[in-house]
Amino acid sequence: MHTIIKPRRGLARLNLAEVWQARELLGFLAWRDITVRYKQTSIGVLWAFIRPFLTMVIFSFVFGRIAKLPSDHVPYAVLTFTALLPWQFFATAFAEAANAVVGNGYMITKIYFPRLILPMASIAVGIVDFLVSFVILIFMMIGYRMLPTWRVLALPLFFALCLVFTIGLGLWTSSLYVKYRDMRHLIPFVTQFGMYVSPVAFSSSIVPAKWRFLYSLNPMVVVIDGFRWSLLGTTQLYVPGVVAGTVTSIMLLVTGVYYFKQTERVFADVM
Amino acid sequence: MSDVIIAEGVSKSYRLGEQTTAYNLLRERIVQAFKTPFARQQPVNQFWALKDVSFTVSSAEVVGLIGKNGAGKSTLLKILSRITEPAEGRIDLHGKVSSLLEVGIGFHPELSGRENVYLNGAILGMSRREIRRKFDEIVEFAEISKFLDTPVKRYSSGMYVRLAFAVAAHLEPDILIVDEVLAVGDSAFQQKCLGKMRDIRSEGRTVIVVSHNMATVSSLCQRVIWLADGKVKAAGDAQAIIRQYLSEGVKNDFVWTPRHGILSAFEYHSVSIESGSASGGGEGFPANAPIDVVFDISIHDKFPAGRIEMRLQTDSGDLLLTSTSADATSQANHEWKRGRQQFRCRIPADFLMPGRYFITITEPYGSYDIVRENVLTFSVTEEGSLSARDQRGGKIAPRLQWTLTGT
Repeated sequence: MHTIIKPRRGLARLNLAEVWQARELLGFLAWRDITVRYKQTSIGVLWAFIRPFLTMVIFSFVFGRIAKLPSDHVPYAVLTFTALLPWQFFATAFAEAANAVVGNGYMITKIYFPRLILPMASIAVGIVDFLVSFVILIFMMIGYRMLPTWRVLALPLFFALCLVFTIGLGLWTSSLYVKYRDMRHLIPFVTQFGMYVSPVAFSSSIVPAKWRFLYSLNPMVVVIDGFRWSLLGTTQLYVPGVVAGTVTSIMLLVTGVYYFKQTERVFADVM
Repeated sequence: MSDVIIAEGVSKSYRLGEQTTAYNLLRERIVQAFKTPFARQQPVNQFWALKDVSFTVSSAEVVGLIGKNGAGKSTLLKILSRITEPAEGRIDLHGKVSSLLEVGIGFHPELSGRENVYLNGAILGMSRREIRRKFDEIVEFAEISKFLDTPVKRYSSGMYVRLAFAVAAHLEPDILIVDEVLAVGDSAFQQKCLGKMRDIRSEGRTVIVVSHNMATVSSLCQRVIWLADGKVKAAGDAQAIIRQYLSEGVKNDFVWTPRHGILSAFEYHSVSIESGSASGGGEGFPANAPIDVVFDISIHDKFPAGRIEMRLQTDSGDLLLTSTSADATSQANHEWKRGRQQFRCRIPADFLMPGRYFITITEPYGSYDIVRENVLTFSVTEEGSLSARDQRGGKIAPRLQWTLTGT
């Protein structure tokens, strides 16, 4: 094994092989975050089910019963829950990933490992949460006697889009956060405000058609509509929007990875 | 023997100007970009932590890195460990590298000892299989088998450190980079760690170790690199360089006078160290005489109750003690009298270990204190029985009262 240490000039090399070699560490870090969350709690892992469930109950009550928003002929609870699934994933995984570098700063200044592991581990934790919530959805659909159609096969694609967007935004934010602590205030803003501009608590059918394309530039709109389309068959798939959201997300991911690699060499210095 | 570490012209600079604020504000950068759109950011004040450092280390060699605080040792270690990048130069490392700038990185207080062994091992670069294979050995080395499933937050600090070191000790790198981690645990455990270090050497691995403890360095290392002001001052045979390093002596600051003028109704004229014995001063203070820290102050106006704090630190950065001018009153704060006055704080004779110390003081400023770090530096030397105090272990060396009864 031969390591060369010298100042890096020009565009960063990705060196994804190194990240792959450290995949066990990624697993350990994700496992740490999940385990620690339920240590010294009396009901433990049950919280993973209770949290999304309660949110769904409150949402369908406030928006379905009180505000009486249109439910596209499906139970409001199911309508919100299909959106809450990807949204909760995005909100928690993004917030955790954005905080991953600064939050683990003490490790960065003490030991070397591929820094990309840190935000990726946060995303992995989010995926586990997502799978737990997904089980609830399956039970809900059984309860309401709703059968998915062949469209459900497209669901992994929409989740992949959600993943690309979350990682992209997470990488950008986590590396900016090291230098600009403004992010601390910006991150909760994105996750809170973002929920109101994304069709989580309502159906995107209430957005006027002429705004549809602009609205789809937010990839979460495409993801949520995609989830509803493939699971419930309610929303019409707006193809230009899907393309726009996908292009936005991929650009965000590619630039995010490069920005992260470009700035990671000074992480320990400015931390 | 082949060279496994080859460093050529390694330099590292830090910007001083920017570090006055802990981090940048995005707004400032944007405003700046609009004001001077084409100006490249010029470092305000560059400080070279390392300048043109070159050296080689052969395989199966244990090399000590010595030098005063701020000489660049930590920076060099961080570059060797790939935590930070050099500004110039190049280092070639042949073999698997592990660095231990701290033991127990990633330890989580809520996780059990068992869980932390796996986590810490993974962070140090061990594979899951490797950890599983060495697990029993690690636990045995740490002597904590009974508490394996207890969260480490319930561990005593000794147990915590033993477990952390045990994981690190079972790494099998070709090149090991160690920073002062030996200064942990009780002396029996330290001996065990030193033994482990010798094993590592006899297994043909290469070790770079930073330490302030010259006894450790001279017993472990064949060769020493002495850094001063970011440059290699000398390199070569351990005994010879250590002798040279110690005889050069360290500059001591016995008097501090503020450069900042009067900030409030409280004024420092000076803070100084005086020896209780006639011989103190130039070479250091004898351990068997008291040392006085004298605070010469004036209170110009009515000033809220407060205190002067004095913190005594060892040269490895450990806070040894904190003492305040209110200690005499058994209150947290005391009233001030107007006018010029002197507080005298006496560090008793036969109390400090031989070594170098730093004093940090506070300056009362209304409702809070301004901290003036490391304003004074002094050395305590052993006179007469040279080996007695040095070799005892521990942080202080007070002469306690021993009585004999029953004869």
